[in-house]
Amino acid sequence: MRSFRILLGHELRMLLVSPATYIAATLFLVVMGFIFAGILESFASTAQEGSPAATFFQLFWIPVFFMVPLLTMKSLAEERRLGTLETLLTTPVTTTQVVFAKFFAAYALYVSLWGATGGFFYILRHFAGDASRLDAGPLIGGYLFIAVSGALFVALGIFASSVTRNQAVAGILAFVILLLLVIGTRYTATLELLKLDSMVSIRSAVDYVQVFTHLDDFTRGVIDTRQVLFYLSGSTLALLFSIFGVEAKLLHS
Amino acid sequence: MSAPVPAPFSGPALEVRDLVKSYAGVTAVHRISFTVAQGEIIGLLGPNGAGKSTTMRILTGYLPASAGSVTVCGVDVASHPAEVKNLIGYMPENNPLPDDMRVSEYLYLRGRLKGLTRRRLHPRFDEVVQLCDLGRVRHRIIGKLSKGYRQRVGIADAILAEPPVIIMDEPTIGLDPHQILAVRDLIAGLRGRMTVLISSHILPEVEVTCDRVIIVNQGRVVATGTPAELRREWLGPGHYELELAGPLEALPSLLSALHPELSLVSAPSEPDAEGFASLRLTAPSAAPDLRESLVNALARDPRFRLRALARARHTLEDVFLAATQNTAA
Repeated sequence: MRSFRILLGHELRMLLVSPATYIAATLFLVVMGFIFAGILESFASTAQEGSPAATFFQLFWIPVFFMVPLLTMKSLAEERRLGTLETLLTTPVTTTQVVFAKFFAAYALYVSLWGATGGFFYILRHFAGDASRLDAGPLIGGYLFIAVSGALFVALGIFASSVTRNQAVAGILAFVILLLLVIGTRYTATLELLKLDSMVSIRSAVDYVQVFTHLDDFTRGVIDTRQVLFYLSGSTLALLFSIFGVEAKLLHS
Repeated sequence: MSAPVPAPFSGPALEVRDLVKSYAGVTAVHRISFTVAQGEIIGLLGPNGAGKSTTMRILTGYLPASAGSVTVCGVDVASHPAEVKNLIGYMPENNPLPDDMRVSEYLYLRGRLKGLTRRRLHPRFDEVVQLCDLGRVRHRIIGKLSKGYRQRVGIADAILAEPPVIIMDEPTIGLDPHQILAVRDLIAGLRGRMTVLISSHILPEVEVTCDRVIIVNQGRVVATGTPAELRREWLGPGHYELELAGPLEALPSLLSALHPELSLVSAPSEPDAEGFASLRLTAPSAAPDLRESLVNALARDPRFRLRALARARHTLEDVFLAATQNTAA
């Protein structure tokens, strides 16, 4: 536990002193700012259903697809490429501690970047004067969804980084995995094949992993423990496989 | 995590028995066995791909062995990897370091990871910085250091937690002669306090620093002993180099009169402008020193003129070549 704390502290420190973090954060906030401004404009011009917050979180996948691979692709791949993983693992530190420290550091950055978008809502509230459109419910639900789903997304990114020593490969792999999870399951659910009676069990499984459905539920204030469990067990599994990935590479290096 | 060594341990620092490591059908290490006493400085020599790095990685517990046993200060590496990591300071091949940290930050992090308390780490850090002569660069970014300093940072890291065993994979590779000298002094300074295992290509280096040498080739130990022992064992003492003018065809009979087994090693070189050819003689290892009788016999004989005579001094390099060639077949 002591080693884990030291490693996590080190990872967070390295994130804070790295210029790449600030560039990524700025880009993220610029993109999210444009999206938010666009949503407000459409709300201003025509009457819309739901709240701006709900629409805003509907677009969570845009930053997920580019931020998560960027945040995680370096973590284990770079350590392995430089060989610093070897010096790290020959101190009394376990692979599990290394992987978890990387995960929690990346996750902390991911969550705090999203947390910064809370400023948009604050500004809107401050200047709009009309608080009726700014329900706190969807906002809290939305951020809760971001926090819970983020664990799985970041864990998948760490996993992608654990199976290669090339950052670019890790980034692309993370992107593809996230694409399959978010968009792929949505597409699969529309397949004619799954509408057959014999496919009922598979269809329910696909319905269960619909990320967009989870988002809708969260923003409507429905917090289903099954969904929370899906993300938590999914991230645990992804981290387990990352540990196996690192150790398997040692066995066959 | 404190006091990792189970009180004073008197057995060998390292004991490797029948170590085998194979990856995907290739046997990198084939039944290597050796023992290293406490406080010894051991050089592990071998051509590229001989299994030096693999052996070292297994010793640190980083790689698992396919078969055989390794103990560090009496602790089995395979069954107690966590304890072994407390006993070893390891510097891998090419000395990987994070480029974006400062020297002091890096060493503090490493010290904390190796279980040093803040209280012990502060004085130890100053000590190591002084020992490795890192005072001037302690606040510099590692990525901007010269190779010599990087290497010293790696060594500083290895000795930081004062482990009983230090393992360094090619600590002097890529350094200039001054830096090699500095690193050599540094390693020699550890003598008696820590057991040191280094691998190297630079043989004079090993000869000066190490108490004992282990030569490995194709995953096997082919020779082990002090540099002097190895020289005797692999080359024998009796090699003489001379520069001589005169009828060389008459030489063999003269030589056999001196010692029945004294003979020319190879054809003599072409005579130079003044008529002197250089040649190399060999005598069996049991023969006494023949220099004096050679000089006397050649001076007595009016047909020969002798300009130089020397007993060939073998470097570890000759031993290394002989040992690795004979076993390659």
